[in-house]
Amino acid sequence: MQRYIIRRLLLVIPTLLGVSLVVFTIVRLVPGDVISVISGDFGSSDKASREALKKEFGLDENIPKQYVNWIGDIVRFDLGKSILSNRTVSSELKNRLPITFQLGIMAIFFSMLVAIPIGLVSAMRQDTKWDYIGRSFAIGLLAAPGFAIALMLITFASRYFIWGVPPKGYIHLTDDPIGNIRMLIVPSMLLGAGLAGSVMRFTRSTMLEVLRQDYIRTAWSKGLGERVIILRHAMRNAFIPVITVIGLQLPVVVGGTVIIETVYSIPGMGRYYIESVNNRDYPVIQGINLVVALVVVFANLGVDLMYSVLDPRIRYS
Amino acid sequence: MASSTTAALEQYALQPQPSGAVRLRRGLIRFCRTKPLGAFGAVIVIMLVAMAFFPGIFTNQNPNPSPPPLAERYEGPSVSHWFGTDNFGRDMYTRLVYGARTSITIGFGVVLISSVLAALLGVVSGYFGGWADMLIQRLVDIGIALPGLIFIILVVTTLQNLPVTLRIIMPVGILVALGSSRVIRGAAISAKQNQYVEAARVIGATDTRIIGRHVLPNVMAIVIVGASIQIGGAVLVESALSFLGYGIPPPTPSWGRMLNESRQQLSNYPHLVIFPTLAIFLTVYSFNMLGDALRDVLDPRLRGSR
Repeated sequence: MQRYIIRRLLLVIPTLLGVSLVVFTIVRLVPGDVISVISGDFGSSDKASREALKKEFGLDENIPKQYVNWIGDIVRFDLGKSILSNRTVSSELKNRLPITFQLGIMAIFFSMLVAIPIGLVSAMRQDTKWDYIGRSFAIGLLAAPGFAIALMLITFASRYFIWGVPPKGYIHLTDDPIGNIRMLIVPSMLLGAGLAGSVMRFTRSTMLEVLRQDYIRTAWSKGLGERVIILRHAMRNAFIPVITVIGLQLPVVVGGTVIIETVYSIPGMGRYYIESVNNRDYPVIQGINLVVALVVVFANLGVDLMYSVLDPRIRYS
Repeated sequence: MASSTTAALEQYALQPQPSGAVRLRRGLIRFCRTKPLGAFGAVIVIMLVAMAFFPGIFTNQNPNPSPPPLAERYEGPSVSHWFGTDNFGRDMYTRLVYGARTSITIGFGVVLISSVLAALLGVVSGYFGGWADMLIQRLVDIGIALPGLIFIILVVTTLQNLPVTLRIIMPVGILVALGSSRVIRGAAISAKQNQYVEAARVIGATDTRIIGRHVLPNVMAIVIVGASIQIGGAVLVESALSFLGYGIPPPTPSWGRMLNESRQQLSNYPHLVIFPTLAIFLTVYSFNMLGDALRDVLDPRLRGSR
């Protein structure tokens, strides 16, 4: 087990190097550069000042050299500075990452709340009315474009209800926990809606598979009630793969925050990312991609380890 | 006893067997009866594909009339304009019909890339194992760790001399392929362990033949089901990209961009937002329902037996 963890931790390094290399290269292929964004702002576009700016941000070196420099900083836990705002990337992320993280956790929570009961019922009653209704609902949540629903909620809900409307300013969790959660409920539900479909589908198919196993037939034939069979025998085994799928959905959640944070003006990482892409703010784009990759890689490692704890048949070596 | 069984078998064998067309029709009727949602999805999917290829069947109006009939702008739904008109007076229904081509092109393009690539990576990785497996799995690790939409936006903004459609299809297709190749790899590993594969190897079949005849058929069901669901996903991604302003440029109608353009008018002219939303919803829902039904039918472990 220990050796397995060590091996997995070592594999994190090539993965992150790969991610950083891919992102680093693509960022530099984006037409237009941050220098023109800045110098355009100050109305100075003469060659000398551009060169000076380039030198200041280390963009005058060739690309492989820039990459090596950047990796060198990363190893020392220095994500660099935003070219545009001159603030360090880590200080920006320190404020924004928790917001996006909270949004993601709430989204996953809501999606499980909807998806798991529906998945169970639709597997237990395959090809009946309940199966159709439940699945239609969960797939409907997945099929509805979250940003359009968000727009409609913001516009119409505000006429009739007090909720669903983004407040003027962001309320921080530490300032007013209830206000903060109330503000994030609708965005996180919209974010979780897309997730609910895939989690439901996975719950249903693993449950269907488990329900056809011999030990379930044995349980039926020895006269156990449905409740006991489902809760004690089937669910425990069906849930193990469901956990994996939730881990795998993490990048999808992070991607979804880009849209939801933009629509609801939440000062999280997703919105910051879009702004940085538009401004070609290289260090920020690279830093965010790297941090997200790190979270995803460790989440997947965590999921795999949880797997072996939950299912004694799985032992890594 | 034995002779009577033989007689019964002979009698059965002598009975006229239903022809291919009859069997196909019976199969379709059974599919519609046991999987009504899947059948509904299939009908919508067929309609959407028809819309993409022959929009003229569904509407005789022009999606981009010039000059735009500005006098008719922002009309609500009526007999002459079923879904109303937009900010240029263009017929919304017609624009939605023509928008299907954008969504379907992106959807099928993504799935073409992702299915071929995922099958290739998954089968090579699962069947051969060893260093090829190691290498491919590290590649997949990188793909999974890249944050979906965030990465796609980055790629779409680069390579600006390629057409946008291609710039969307490629990164989405590759990301989807890397994710789903894991599942195919698992299926390939378990297919490899069948005794008939061992038997084929004993009689001297080459790797190519074993993959083609024994491994691929086992993996195909997963690929087909995945494809149907991934098209739905790709349609959503396209609309999200267009909504954020990174998608197909005007004047080509795109459902996502229609939403983006009319977000300011939502409170006054809700039909501008509601109908494109419904189009996206129905499309994604149908591809997903079709995929789920196919999975239930094709995967023997999920097939109804009770």
